[in-house]
Amino acid sequence: MTTTEAAPPRHAAGPLPRAREKMGRRFAYAFLILSIIPILVGYAWLVIATVSFRTQGLLPINAEGGIGGFTLANWDFVFEGAIWSAMLNSLLIAVFMVIGVGIASTAGGYALSRMKFTGRKAFLTGTLVLHAFKAEMLLIAIFFVLRFLGDIPIIGDYIGFNTVGGVALVMVALELPLGIWLMKGFFDNLSWDMERAALIDGASRFRVWWQIMVPQVRPGIAALSLFTFIVGWNAYLVPFTFTIGTKVANMPVFLNQLISDTAPVNWNLVAAVGLFQMIPLIIFFIFTQELLLNIYAGGSKGT
Amino acid sequence: MRVELDNLSKAWDEVVGADHITLDIADGELVAFLGPSGCGKTTTLLMVAGIYKPTGGTISFDGYVVNEVAPKDRGIGMVFQSYALYPHMSVFGNISYPLRLQKLDKGDIKRKVQTVADMMGIGDLLDRRIAQLSGGQQQRVALGRALVKEPQLLLFDEPLSNLDARLRLTMRGEIKRLQEGLGITSIYVTHDQVEAMTMADRIAVMSNGVLQAYDVPATLYDRPKTLFVAGFVGNPPMNFFDVEIMRVNGDFRAKSEAIDLVLPHDRGEKAASADGKVIMGVRPEDVDLADDASPPAEGVTLIGQVEVVEPLGREDLVGVGINGADMRVLVDKSRGVSVGDTITLVFNTSRIQFFDPETEQSLLWA
Repeated sequence: MTTTEAAPPRHAAGPLPRAREKMGRRFAYAFLILSIIPILVGYAWLVIATVSFRTQGLLPINAEGGIGGFTLANWDFVFEGAIWSAMLNSLLIAVFMVIGVGIASTAGGYALSRMKFTGRKAFLTGTLVLHAFKAEMLLIAIFFVLRFLGDIPIIGDYIGFNTVGGVALVMVALELPLGIWLMKGFFDNLSWDMERAALIDGASRFRVWWQIMVPQVRPGIAALSLFTFIVGWNAYLVPFTFTIGTKVANMPVFLNQLISDTAPVNWNLVAAVGLFQMIPLIIFFIFTQELLLNIYAGGSKGT
Repeated sequence: MRVELDNLSKAWDEVVGADHITLDIADGELVAFLGPSGCGKTTTLLMVAGIYKPTGGTISFDGYVVNEVAPKDRGIGMVFQSYALYPHMSVFGNISYPLRLQKLDKGDIKRKVQTVADMMGIGDLLDRRIAQLSGGQQQRVALGRALVKEPQLLLFDEPLSNLDARLRLTMRGEIKRLQEGLGITSIYVTHDQVEAMTMADRIAVMSNGVLQAYDVPATLYDRPKTLFVAGFVGNPPMNFFDVEIMRVNGDFRAKSEAIDLVLPHDRGEKAASADGKVIMGVRPEDVDLADDASPPAEGVTLIGQVEVVEPLGREDLVGVGINGADMRVLVDKSRGVSVGDTITLVFNTSRIQFFDPETEQSLLWA
C-alpha cells in the first residue's frame, strides 16, 4: 500500500521516465555521431582522392578547376611489379610473425604460467621491462646483430641485414614480450584440474600442453595471431631501417618511397596505395568479425 | 590395492599442507578424508595421485614405495570436483582418452568405452559434446573416464560438491554401489560429513594438515577422540560447555553457573582426572523434553528458555538459553515448542563427552 502512495510525486516532477530516457538516448547518439564525423571525413577523402585528378576539400576537381575530373589513373600502379613485390614482402613478414610469435608465446606462456624454474620471476619482470623499450632505441644495436647474422654462411642470406627474413626476425623478437604475457594470462585462467586429469590419464607433460591445454586457449591464439598479423602488415620502422631499395620493401616502406622522392608528391597516388594496403585487412576483418567479438567479450565460445 | 601413508608431509615455503599423515587403507576399502577446506585433505590426495611431490614420508602401494613413480604409472583413476573434462572432445573422446594414450587397438577401445558408458548410464550420449551435458551427466563421464582404464585405486576429490542436493543423494549411492561392486580401493575427499559417514568404511578426519582421527564412522561419532572431531562430525553439531567436575556426596557433578548435572560414575571418574575444569560436549539429539508421565531422575534436568525454533521437517532444531549458556537441541515436532516457552531438558548423561581444554583430547577415549 505504501508504495503506491509514494509513487505519484516521482511522476509529477517532470516528463515520464521513459520519455526522459528516450531523450537521453538521442543525446548520446547525437554526441557519438558528431565525434566520429572527423574520422568519417578522413576516410571519405581517402576514397574520393583515389579516383580523382585533384581534390579540394572533399570535392574532386578537374584540370580547369571545375567539379569533376574522375580518373582511374591513380590506380595504374596495380599493373606494375613493385607494388606486388611490396605486398608479398608485407605478407611474408606478417605470416612469419604470426607463426613465430604464435608458437613461441604459446609455449613460453604455458611454461611461465605452469612451471617452476630458476629465473622465472626475473624472466617475467624482464620481459615486461623490455616491452617498455621502444624499438627506436634498439635500432643501432639490432643493425649490428643483423650484420653479424648476415655473415653466417648459407642462412645468413635469409636472415641478415636487408632481407625480409631479418626484418621478420626482429619484428618477432619485439612482439614476443606482449605475446608471452598475453598467452600466460590465458593459461593462468585455466584450472589445474584438467591438466592433472590428463597427467593421471597417462599423458606426458608435452602431450598435456599440446592436446589438452592449447585447445583451451584457441581464442587467445586467434586474438594474438590477428594482432600480430596487423602489426606485421603495417610494420614500418623496422623494415624501413633494415632494408635498402625496393626489392625488399614492404607496403608501408613502398608508400613512403612515393612521398620521399624529390619530385612533387602525387597525394592522390599515395591515397590509392594506402587504400590498397588496407584492402586485405578489411576483407580479413569482415570474415573474422564474429570471432573477434567473441574473443574481446572474453567468451570461450570459440572452442 | 593396499595403500600406506607413512609420516607423509607436504610443506611449501612456509605453509604446511600435510603434517606427518600416517594411515593405511585395506584392499577394497573406501576411506573418506574429511575436514574443512584448507585442512590438507586434497593436498594429501594429490600426493597419493603423484601430482604433488611429498616433502617427507612415503606412500606405498601394496608395499612398494611409489614416491618417485609418475602419476600415469600409478594405476589410479581420479574424479575431480570441477569434473575436469576436456571440453574440446566428445564424451567418447573424453572416456577413451586414457585408452588412446595406451595405444590400444581401436576395436578394444570402442568396446571398453561402451561397456563403461553403459555401466554409467550414458551409453547413448557418446557423440555429445561436453557442453551439451547436465552436471550429473558430466560427473558420470568423469567417473567413466576414471574407471575405463581399470584402475587399482580410485581417487575422488569432492566429486559431488557441484551437484544439486537431490542428485548428490543419488550419485552418492551410485558411487558407493559401483565401488563395492568393482572392489576398487578408494579415497574420497569431502568436507561434507554426511557424505563421509554414509559412504566410507573408515573416515580420516583432518584439520590444519594433521590427521585428527582415523576410524569407522560409528566410533568417530560415539567416541570422538578430540574436540575437533566431536565438533566436526555430526549434524547439527555438538554443543560445548565449560564446566567443572566436582565430587558431591559420592556423585560426580558437572557444574558451572548455568549447569549442574549428575554424571554416570564411569564417565564422571574419567572426566574428573583433569583437575576440575573440562569441556563438556552434548549432542543435540542426546537431550529430551521432560515428560509429565515419567518424571526424570534427580540431577539430569536443566530448565531453559526457547530462543529460536528451526523446523527441519521431521524435527525442530531448538535454540535454548540456560542461564546464559546456549545450546541447540533436537525436539520432536509433535511437542509443539515455540519461542519464549520455558522447557525442562532431560540430558542423556551416559552419552556426554568430556575434553581436556588444554590438549583438546578426549578424557573418555584417550
